[in-house]
Amino acid sequence: MKLFNLFRRGSAPVARERLQILLAHERSARNQPDLLGILREEILAVISRHVAFEPDRVQIKMDRGKSVSTLEVDIEIPNALGAVPTS
Amino acid sequence: MAQVLVVTSGKGGVGKTTSTAALGAALAQGGEKVVVVDFDVGLRNLDLVLGAERRVVFDLINVINGVAKLPQALIRDKRLENLHLLPASQTRDKDALTEEGVANVIAELREKFDWIICDSPAGIERGATLAMRHADAAIIVTNPEVSSVRDSDRIIGLLDSKTVKAEHGERVDKHLLVTRYHASRAARGEMLSIDDVLEILSIPLLGIIPESEEVLRASNVGSPVTLSNAHSAPARAYFDAARRLTGDTVPMAVPTENRGIFNKLFGRKAA
Repeated sequence: MKLFNLFRRGSAPVARERLQILLAHERSARNQPDLLGILREEILAVISRHVAFEPDRVQIKMDRGKSVSTLEVDIEIPNALGAVPTS
Repeated sequence: MAQVLVVTSGKGGVGKTTSTAALGAALAQGGEKVVVVDFDVGLRNLDLVLGAERRVVFDLINVINGVAKLPQALIRDKRLENLHLLPASQTRDKDALTEEGVANVIAELREKFDWIICDSPAGIERGATLAMRHADAAIIVTNPEVSSVRDSDRIIGLLDSKTVKAEHGERVDKHLLVTRYHASRAARGEMLSIDDVLEILSIPLLGIIPESEEVLRASNVGSPVTLSNAHSAPARAYFDAARRLTGDTVPMAVPTENRGIFNKLFGRKAA
């Protein structure tokens, strides 16, 4: 196929490859109904059982990397409101 | 039983309105009773492409609002007595198109016609989703070009989730119509080939409309290309596509411009 493309010298194979990669990504995203929203809701539900915090002082971020993706949860817990750490 | 078709694409300017007019006319020329419905509220053009722009009195929105009865808004084509047009309005208010109103109009049209062909506006907003809402089958118009293919993929996703059929666990039949196809450029690898587009979108092919000056000429004079020049390459491709819609098996003719050694070596056949 690669050799074939060399002879063709057209840009269509590039278009085709770009589309295949992009659409594979977009299709998988389409089938996951707001993963970040669900994670946010469930994580906050668990944490709020143990510590008090203000819901708008929460940041959840997801970074998709090539081999590893990271989920960053940043919750600001005010000392006055926060639960007293046990033991 | 009546068939409701939506002609859709996501991307603008790929040939939805031209294809709606040509397929509607081709079906009517074959004796079918056809109505083409313009859903592009605010930017109607199907009337112009069909040469009926000076005969519009009432429109889809008037029917939905109860200002006019459906038969008052329907325009019968002057050349084809089986072909009717329900024009869109020129009002800018897209909210005038209500879900219930569209459902009622489609139900009434189902009783009068064999084919109801809905010309969708570009985009994925309300007008486009309402145009596909009641479809039994969809014609996805795609140019062999990256942005058009990507948007078609998006539209296919919507057809599988936002239509009445999808919500009832059924499938909207999907047909790919590739328009503005340059056989020689595809053979040289300068343009996505039919195989490429089929592989990426993986829906069945309804037809390949070659790039042709006849298409522009037809819209210039306000006539579907199947009427203005029935023997031209695009007209023949539309006739074939219309026959496939009615269930006929028609061999797929892949347009070719030159059958030189280059083409034989590097040309790829359609699926």
